[in-house]
Amino acid sequence: MNLTAKENPSAVNAAVSTLQNPANSYQLPEKPLVVIEPSRGWIPIDLKDLWQYRDLLYILTMRDIRVRYKQTALGALWAVIQPLFTMLIFTLFFGRLAGMPSDGIPYPLFAYAGLLPWTFFSNAVTNSGNSLVGNSNLITKVYFPRMIIPMASVGSGLLDFVIAFGLLVVLMFYYGVGLSINLLMLPVLVFLTSILATGVGMWMSALNVKYRDIRYALPFLIQLGMFATPIIYPSSLVPDKWRWLMWLNPLSGQIEAYRSAFFGKPFDWLALGISAFLTVAIIVYAAFMFKRMEKSFADLI
Amino acid sequence: MKPIIKVENLSKQYSIGGKKEPYSTFRESLSNTVRRSTDVFRRTKKEAENSFFALKDVNFEVMPGEVVGIIGRNGAGKSTLLKILSRITEPTSGKIELYGRVGSLLEVGTGFHPELTGRENIYLNGAILGMRQTEIAKKFDEIVDFAEIEDFLDTPVKRYSSGMYTRLAFAVAANLEPEVLVVDEVLAVGDAEFQKKCLGKMKDVSVQEGRTVLFVSHNMAAVKSICQRGIMLKKGELTFDGKANEAVDFYMQGGSDLASFQEWNSEQMPGNDSIKIRRAAVYAAEKSVGEPILTNDEIIVEIEFYNNIDRGNIDVTWNLMNVQGIHVAHIGTVCAQDGLARGWHKTTGIFPSNILNAERYGFSVSFGRNQREIVLHVDDILVFDIDDGIQRSGSSFHKLPGVIHPLCSWKTNATI
Repeated sequence: MNLTAKENPSAVNAAVSTLQNPANSYQLPEKPLVVIEPSRGWIPIDLKDLWQYRDLLYILTMRDIRVRYKQTALGALWAVIQPLFTMLIFTLFFGRLAGMPSDGIPYPLFAYAGLLPWTFFSNAVTNSGNSLVGNSNLITKVYFPRMIIPMASVGSGLLDFVIAFGLLVVLMFYYGVGLSINLLMLPVLVFLTSILATGVGMWMSALNVKYRDIRYALPFLIQLGMFATPIIYPSSLVPDKWRWLMWLNPLSGQIEAYRSAFFGKPFDWLALGISAFLTVAIIVYAAFMFKRMEKSFADLI
Repeated sequence: MKPIIKVENLSKQYSIGGKKEPYSTFRESLSNTVRRSTDVFRRTKKEAENSFFALKDVNFEVMPGEVVGIIGRNGAGKSTLLKILSRITEPTSGKIELYGRVGSLLEVGTGFHPELTGRENIYLNGAILGMRQTEIAKKFDEIVDFAEIEDFLDTPVKRYSSGMYTRLAFAVAANLEPEVLVVDEVLAVGDAEFQKKCLGKMKDVSVQEGRTVLFVSHNMAAVKSICQRGIMLKKGELTFDGKANEAVDFYMQGGSDLASFQEWNSEQMPGNDSIKIRRAAVYAAEKSVGEPILTNDEIIVEIEFYNNIDRGNIDVTWNLMNVQGIHVAHIGTVCAQDGLARGWHKTTGIFPSNILNAERYGFSVSFGRNQREIVLHVDDILVFDIDDGIQRSGSSFHKLPGVIHPLCSWKTNATI
């Protein structure tokens, strides 16, 4: 927790250079490397510290990936089963029975294209929301930028996304829908969704340390979120008058953009722009909230 | 010379409510807000009552290359001090200036994941302790060598024996290269041979590599042998700062209170969600608590605790240490063959007479589950003296040398 730790760059360099020739030659820097004292109010986010621990982010992500499907019979198939079966059920109830419109795309494909990013987002938020509490043993025993924990939980979901995306391509071939140049936007969209999930997840994880209510509220909120996002229905179903309300949910603009990317339809740049703006606002807010609450983690958890 | 660590007026205050109830709910904080706004005066009074200082106005400096032992009884603030130094928690007031990188080892195997292999865990643990991947790769062979686990590198660590696990964990940590190494009681685990190896490694770190070490331990022999300087904390305050030998002596005599009997009220009971201890006592059979214990007395040690693991396979283990820090005995029992019910229990043990020498002893107690996992551990829960009970005629008033003093039967026959 470097809430108060002000690092002095020249001092760090001095320390690092003496480390390369070890033994008794350590030269004390003029100014302290780190000053530990109580902090108050808002604390700036120390990006340099985060960068120094980038290996830890990678390793924790790999740990989550490796551990996720250990001792499961179906293994990584689970990454596909979740969106696939939800899609089948939705197709039956909403596509067939309720006759939900789907912008001229076969309903199963339409639903799967929405469920793919949604599954990634909801799993990422759930996992990272519970990540700090689940890693309390680390938090009480060793220092590192705490933000890495919720971040790693989001990162490990990316592999599932890639696997589930493979099934989408298969489905598209099956329904005779070709890939288009719009697919080039996919990395940008995945990046945006990851940032959004990190923001929400980080915020939830910090609240969860203090208020364990989050653990119960989160699945419920995510369930609601699914209906507030155009996943089983197209955004065109919402009357124009109320459409703006829908764009206030940053995920809505992203989900529609995923569909545009997959199916070669024109992007709604305004919706995506609002979504990107809100996403950035959320992550910045979440990061500051997190920093503010971080100092009490070890005492509360 | 300039110090590498400078601690000034360091204090850490915990509110008891905050510590005992590790998390709150929205409802509670809402109702607190209401109460606060309506009753300002009572709040300030209540807060003062419900908080305590884990550390109070602690000042000291450490010079580069010094090896400092931090000693004191449970709750003296040692762990809090290390946690602040390692930036895990913040002080309430005061400050610390660090003129070098600090690597802390507050627990062996922090972040080890049971499903991952030894190899994967080396990288994971190294990264958690702040090492870069390239740094770990460079040290990889050395770590494996030190841990002696070559053949099990690709086995998940959940299949490791506890000894292998500890060795691997210490090996990773021992290869950290910060200027300041902070170590908390990690040597309490592992077999004697391995403990020796770890102590040796720590000596190397300080003597050959010139690094600064802060070392918390209840093992006075270890403190004496590797530290030059000793700092003693008592109830959050620094009560002694000087040579390691003198600090240990101070701790042994006045520093640590004799406590052959301890009882706690429900607020202060040591324990956790699983086990809480209400009372512990050591006394001579057929005498009452507090009377002197003699070498020829049977010694009764008992503990009253609340078991919150219903039908848990709970065991109680006592570790007896003498003032030299020698581990004299490891005794204990499984509490019930078919699981112990939830509720209050008392476990009593009888230690045979005429075994222990006259000396000052400390008992630590551990509660285990399924004889695998330690649920609760309290160091030095009982500290007591055993006096010489044998009326010897003649020469010596002094205590006899030796760890034990068994009553032997002798005879001398004439031989050819």
